[in-house]
Amino acid sequence: MTAPLLDVRGLSVAYGRAEVVHDVSIAVTQGALVTVIGANGAGKTTLLNAIMGLLKARGRIEFRGADVSSVALESRVKAGLCLVPERRELFADMPVEDNLLLGGFRRTRAERSQTIEQIYARLPRLKERREQLAGTLSGGERQMLAMGRALMARPTLLMLDEPSLGLAPRIVRDVFHILTDLRQTGVSILLVEQNARAALEVADYAYVMELGAITKQGSPTDIAQDPRLVESYLGLGGNEY
Amino acid sequence: MDGTIFLFLLQDGVINGAVYALVAIALVLVFGVTRVILVPQGEFVAFTALTVAALENGNAPPTAWLLLALGGLAAISELVRHFRDLTVRRLVRIALFDLALPVALLLLTRALAPMKLGQVANILLAITLITPMGPMIYRIAFAPIAHSSVLVLLMASFGVHFSLMGLGLVFFGPEGTGTAPLSSQSFALGDLVVTGQSVAVVAVTGLLLVLFAIFFGRTLLGKALRACSSNRIGARLVGIPTGAAGQIAFALAALLGAVSGVLVGPLMTVAYDSGFLIGLKAFVAAILGGLVSYPLTVLAALGVGFAEALFSFWASNFKEVLVFTLIIPVLAWRSVYAPHAEEAE
Ligand SMILES: Nc1ncnc2c1ncn2[C@@H]1O[C@H](COP(=O)(O)OP(=O)(O)O)[C@@H](O)[C@H]1O
Ligand SMILES: [Mg+2]
Repeated sequence: MTAPLLDVRGLSVAYGRAEVVHDVSIAVTQGALVTVIGANGAGKTTLLNAIMGLLKARGRIEFRGADVSSVALESRVKAGLCLVPERRELFADMPVEDNLLLGGFRRTRAERSQTIEQIYARLPRLKERREQLAGTLSGGERQMLAMGRALMARPTLLMLDEPSLGLAPRIVRDVFHILTDLRQTGVSILLVEQNARAALEVADYAYVMELGAITKQGSPTDIAQDPRLVESYLGLGGNEY
Repeated sequence: MDGTIFLFLLQDGVINGAVYALVAIALVLVFGVTRVILVPQGEFVAFTALTVAALENGNAPPTAWLLLALGGLAAISELVRHFRDLTVRRLVRIALFDLALPVALLLLTRALAPMKLGQVANILLAITLITPMGPMIYRIAFAPIAHSSVLVLLMASFGVHFSLMGLGLVFFGPEGTGTAPLSSQSFALGDLVVTGQSVAVVAVTGLLLVLFAIFFGRTLLGKALRACSSNRIGARLVGIPTGAAGQIAFALAALLGAVSGVLVGPLMTVAYDSGFLIGLKAFVAAILGGLVSYPLTVLAALGVGFAEALFSFWASNFKEVLVFTLIIPVLAWRSVYAPHAEEAE
């Protein structure tokens, strides 16, 4: 078996003294869409931020066969690791196009101009609004822009933190469409969601996170059938989109 | 007050205001990228004027030694901070930038100074000596605490200010001097005598502001610096190295300070401690611009310059007090309407 693209082993993350992610191990194989689901406050955002390098962590983070746990964030971006954060973190007072171009900060000029055309083709809404300030976009458009900006870095592994958060159902469907689309192009995806039902539908493999630890993992169908999880996360008809 | 006096005061105000604009732009830039309120910005101005004055007298300016001292401190700070993860690349960079560059400039100034190469050479040499101090100061004082609160950074900034004042007194001595005017020509425009010096100030300031607008509006590097002030986490996530961005911001601030120093040298007597008041007035303009808007800041700087000229005509004893009092009503008005700088996380 070949080594996974991302291999996180025994990762613990603390804010000051308070450890909120305990000894977490997850892996993403090349080309897969892996999801981490869990209730609000489980530590999903903390986990992604630590993998990206925004937060200091104990443990091992192997990406493309190399230990990156002490590598600076900007070098992780260059290596092909990219995060679409929960709060989007766009450059609100700059136009859409500048947001995208800056997404390719670590790439060459030629790569930037090539990638931006691909993104405009995939997300025509962004092309229409290329001159508009990012801060004036609607919620759905801002999520598209956040994803477009991340794609400008030509990631090998795209991590998304609750891309459906706060979006109307129709737009959530668009977002998940884009994700499955992206997967066809060979980008591996690590998706964190509270919207467990939607996430399990698109994923190849799933982890359940509770109180900072991984409590269950397996194929999405197995997870979706676990009676306890159905009760606590999937609800009965709740959370649908 | 008749029209001629008004025009004269206007000219005076525009000259002052142009210099304040350059300094204020530097403050806004540095605050945006690093959240540091750069109290020692005025020192770049004063030290540059003193350097040009020394060169005009054919003396080797002590600035080169000051640069070497700062380079040494920056090297030590860098070595301590990266003790565990020292790479060859970093060592080479420290050796080149913090040690070789100051030594080379020291030898160069000592060779060139007695030759009295003339105004252009003096000015270029002074700017070359001052600009590298920006990133050095960033790495000595601010890089190690880059993630601290605005208040902590401000206190560090005052620390740097007082340290530089001390160093300035040691290296430059207590006396004030002026420098030769950039142009001794003048011409009449109606009743108003326009001096070549004021034309030079306005032209240089205008040119620099245009260059900055192009840099920040058109180049990826300029946009990356703006991205750092727009959203720090976003900037990090796209792979902009915020430490390097901080150094570039400080280099640009030192450069702007140096150019301001060249411009004010002929206008006033500059001593090692003259910078603070210039920086403080520029700070008033930067605050009026909300610490975010460059165009507003330039307008505010011109306003501050003009107000200063008016006050010095009406009530010269109180002109500083009046200029600083100006900030209160404007702030009250702005707190209702204007955009705010991003709150500290
Ligand atoms: N900056 C912070 N400082 C201290 N505690 C935090 C911080 N951010 C999150 N936490 C805590 O860490 C836990 C996990 O939060 P988070 O990773 O945001 O969970 P999730 O993304 O799964 O909702 C929560 O208990 C939260 O209160
Ligand atoms: Mg979260």
